[in-house]
Amino acid sequence: MSELIRKNASELVELLKSGQVSSVEITQAHLDRSAAVDQDVHSYLFQNAETALAAAADIDRRRAAGEQLHELAGLPIAVKDNLTTTDAPTTSGSKILEGWVPPYDATVVKKIRAAGLPILGKTNLDEFAMGSSTEFSAFGPSRNPWDLNRIPGGSGGGSSSVVASFQAPIALGSDTGGSIRFPASVTGTVGNKPTYGAVSRYGLIALASSLDQVGPVSRNVLDSALLQDLIAGHDPHDSTSLPESLGSMADAARKLDVKGMRIGVIKELMGEGFQPGVMNRFKESINLLQQAGAEIVEVSCPNFEYAIAAYYLILPAEASSNLAKFDSVRFGLRVAPEGNPTIERVMAATREAGFGPEVKRRIILGTYALSSGSYEHFYGAALKVRTLIQRDFAAAFEKADVLISPTAPTTAFKIGEKLEDPLAMYLNDIATIPANLAGIPGMSVPNGLADEDGLPTGIQLLAPARADARLYQVGAALEKMHEDIWGKRMIDFAPELEVRS
Amino acid sequence: MAKDELMNYEKALEMFEVVIGLEVHVELNTKTKMFCGCRNEFGDEPNTNVCPICIALPGALPAVNRTAVESSISIGLALGCEIAPNGRFARKNYFYPDLAKNFQTSQYDEPIAFEGELTVELPSGSVHTVQIERAHMEEDAGKLTHIGGSTGRIQGAEYSLVDYNRAGVPLVEIVTKPVYGAGTEAPELAAAYVRSIREIVKGLGVSDAKMERGNVRCDANVSLRPHGQEKLGTRTETKNVNSLRSIERAVRYEIQRQAALLAKGTAIVQETRHWHEDKGATSAGRPKSDADDYRYFPEPDLVPVQPSKELIESLRAKLPEKPGDRRKRVQAEWGFADLEFRDVVNADLLDQIEETVNAGAKPQAARKWWTGELARIANSENKDVTELEISGAHVAELAQLVDAGKLNDRLAREVLTYVLAGEGSPAEIVAARGLEVVSDDGALIAAIDAALAKQPDVLDAIREGRMQAAGAVIGAVMQAMKGSADAGRVRELLIQKANA
Repeated sequence: MSELIRKNASELVELLKSGQVSSVEITQAHLDRSAAVDQDVHSYLFQNAETALAAAADIDRRRAAGEQLHELAGLPIAVKDNLTTTDAPTTSGSKILEGWVPPYDATVVKKIRAAGLPILGKTNLDEFAMGSSTEFSAFGPSRNPWDLNRIPGGSGGGSSSVVASFQAPIALGSDTGGSIRFPASVTGTVGNKPTYGAVSRYGLIALASSLDQVGPVSRNVLDSALLQDLIAGHDPHDSTSLPESLGSMADAARKLDVKGMRIGVIKELMGEGFQPGVMNRFKESINLLQQAGAEIVEVSCPNFEYAIAAYYLILPAEASSNLAKFDSVRFGLRVAPEGNPTIERVMAATREAGFGPEVKRRIILGTYALSSGSYEHFYGAALKVRTLIQRDFAAAFEKADVLISPTAPTTAFKIGEKLEDPLAMYLNDIATIPANLAGIPGMSVPNGLADEDGLPTGIQLLAPARADARLYQVGAALEKMHEDIWGKRMIDFAPELEVRS
Repeated sequence: MAKDELMNYEKALEMFEVVIGLEVHVELNTKTKMFCGCRNEFGDEPNTNVCPICIALPGALPAVNRTAVESSISIGLALGCEIAPNGRFARKNYFYPDLAKNFQTSQYDEPIAFEGELTVELPSGSVHTVQIERAHMEEDAGKLTHIGGSTGRIQGAEYSLVDYNRAGVPLVEIVTKPVYGAGTEAPELAAAYVRSIREIVKGLGVSDAKMERGNVRCDANVSLRPHGQEKLGTRTETKNVNSLRSIERAVRYEIQRQAALLAKGTAIVQETRHWHEDKGATSAGRPKSDADDYRYFPEPDLVPVQPSKELIESLRAKLPEKPGDRRKRVQAEWGFADLEFRDVVNADLLDQIEETVNAGAKPQAARKWWTGELARIANSENKDVTELEISGAHVAELAQLVDAGKLNDRLAREVLTYVLAGEGSPAEIVAARGLEVVSDDGALIAAIDAALAKQPDVLDAIREGRMQAAGAVIGAVMQAMKGSADAGRVRELLIQKANA
């Protein structure tokens, strides 16, 4: 195994800049790693070594020619398969899009291409990002590199497992209710859901437009910061994108200082329903922050109780409308029904065959929540809860600069364990959903291994909208404290994967 | 199509009060579409003005066209509406193959403009004020062409083609409150209202306002109730009536059809109806209930439109003259009698005559051409006179050629048919076809002599003062010269000859 693949992105960038290693070498090392482990891990839905190496060679040439390059130029990256790419099929984990090659690149993909990052491949996800385990991917689940019988989290289990198994140094994810943070938590990796609007959603196949946000996935905080700095910024193609810059996340990640910061512990996101090992690690993290000079306060967010209920009305409502375009007329799967193929029957047969069970469940739920007679009781009521949750956050941020909670109630569960119980699956996201409802940024940072199963745990950091930099500052400081205590990076505790040739 | 039973119109109005409601869709003439940068252009090759946004590819997002918002605000202001400080878009969800996203981005409970009114003058001279409920922004759908089957409708078609060039073209939908009290003139009021909307949007320059191209489309709601009853009757909505004349006819038809049903005790079915210009009748479309469930919800991909006070006031300052004021002004400028002017307004010819006068024609000549020969031609072709392919400049040129004696009336009418056939301007046609009046005395005298040779008594008759006898010779000369003779000159020459 090439040592290159275990290095942090920030280290690889230095090697590239100094000319010690070429982008082709780094890219090839990661491609080799995928060839060795991905038939077990199944992070990727699609890889094209040729295009990745061509992009790498191009950057090496330009660097040799003395061109001024982006800081991350030459660093390979994996892209979640719900972001459109003109040179690779984009399926969003669904049969209905199998083989579809988009005619346009997502804005974030344009940015990484322009900066010269070779794309290693497209990563797996639950169909249309609906799920917490990748088990709802139409193309089979990804597996957790810490234990291949366990889930890597979802929906972005492809992106979390791809960095956790050293198949890519960084990856792009998307987070609608925890799809970046939950996978990060259960794979011992880092992920940030930026402030809503910080990163363009243009080219992100929408799940729920008011909740979706593209963000970075990596093995450490600084690497995520470098990636967020690259992909953030206003996009005229996304009218919900913020007009202003949020500053440098990398600078914040390099401060390694939490002295005097007020850290709020959310009372409602601990205790009952949380695995003991998860709570133990969380309490340790609180102590570490306190020892480092942060002020720990307790905050209460009483309306979080209703967050999951509200989320599972708002999300399906928006999704039911967003997914209406999958009708076989202009792109994707088309299924001809038996008998007279009227347009209605072709649409119905296509959607019947092309959508999986979780997608259908949510389309039906959302259609119902929006229908007249139900709207006020369901969708309308959920919007009110959303406002209350925003007020809870506003009140909490009066008392604290950053809020913390465990990212997820448990460590990685076994594949198949919650498949037949949608409610249990939905509860994984209890701590992550409020940030999406409020549009605030949320990060998951590894904070140890649970005593009972030795699997990684994560701590979630939350900041007010536009204050993503605080997360990188606290996250990187906390990461350093944990590494000092455990003696190495959390990811280095992951067992070696069996290498196949 | 089963033939409807109709009640005599006057009798229907004796028995029932008519309530109408009008929904007018105005297509804006912005350079680009409502939510993407594609060209907004009528008549291009199908599916050439499309992009990931307007054909709703996965991942694409809308962005609002600022000009379209300003045009919508201008329309709202011209209709005396309030402008919403926070105009939100909403999704109207329904599946249809011409609707790429399977929802229409529209506005629901927060339209950009609301609570206005429009004063409308009817052919009889009576004046009505129509209350406007709202004007909201939305996008047009693509265009379906149904292939196979006999009706050109989706039912029975073998397959259908979709052209998304029109998908995402900006629309403003203007909705009236129920309109009462027009009595027998309800159909005329409906047409006059749409005419006024057209004048307004044309005057603003925000729409090409060509009904035949669907730039302005009207859905007419009609219901009847017994006089004195407060509760509104069940309404029908006749969709996409595409000329002013059709609006009037469709409303009249619905009144007569509904009255016949109600008189028999049959309930009106709440439904959409289609207007068939050829048959002069409406037919049932789909049932429509107030509970049609479009699952409206706020469009999460767009931030609300929040026009500043400054923007609104600057647009208000740029509003053109109101249609009523303009009418008073041009009538005075042109010196038309009331009756003449009313004919012009009723024929929807103000713009044409103004354009013709501006191109140099005398107002009366312009009026005569448009309300006379051109109206006659349009009528014979079953068209609206405004649909004729002729510009005011051409009509002005024609009138000037007549004034200059280069064309006589008959030749001018002939030239007109060639202009309408697209052969060019009147002067070009006269030159190309050699249609100029012959006023060369030599040629005329030769023709007169030839005619006199066959009718030698005519000169004597003229000398005796029986001028009507000249007619036979003038006719013969015109016939011999295939109508191109200057009849006045022939007459003068004939008199000279008699008195020589």
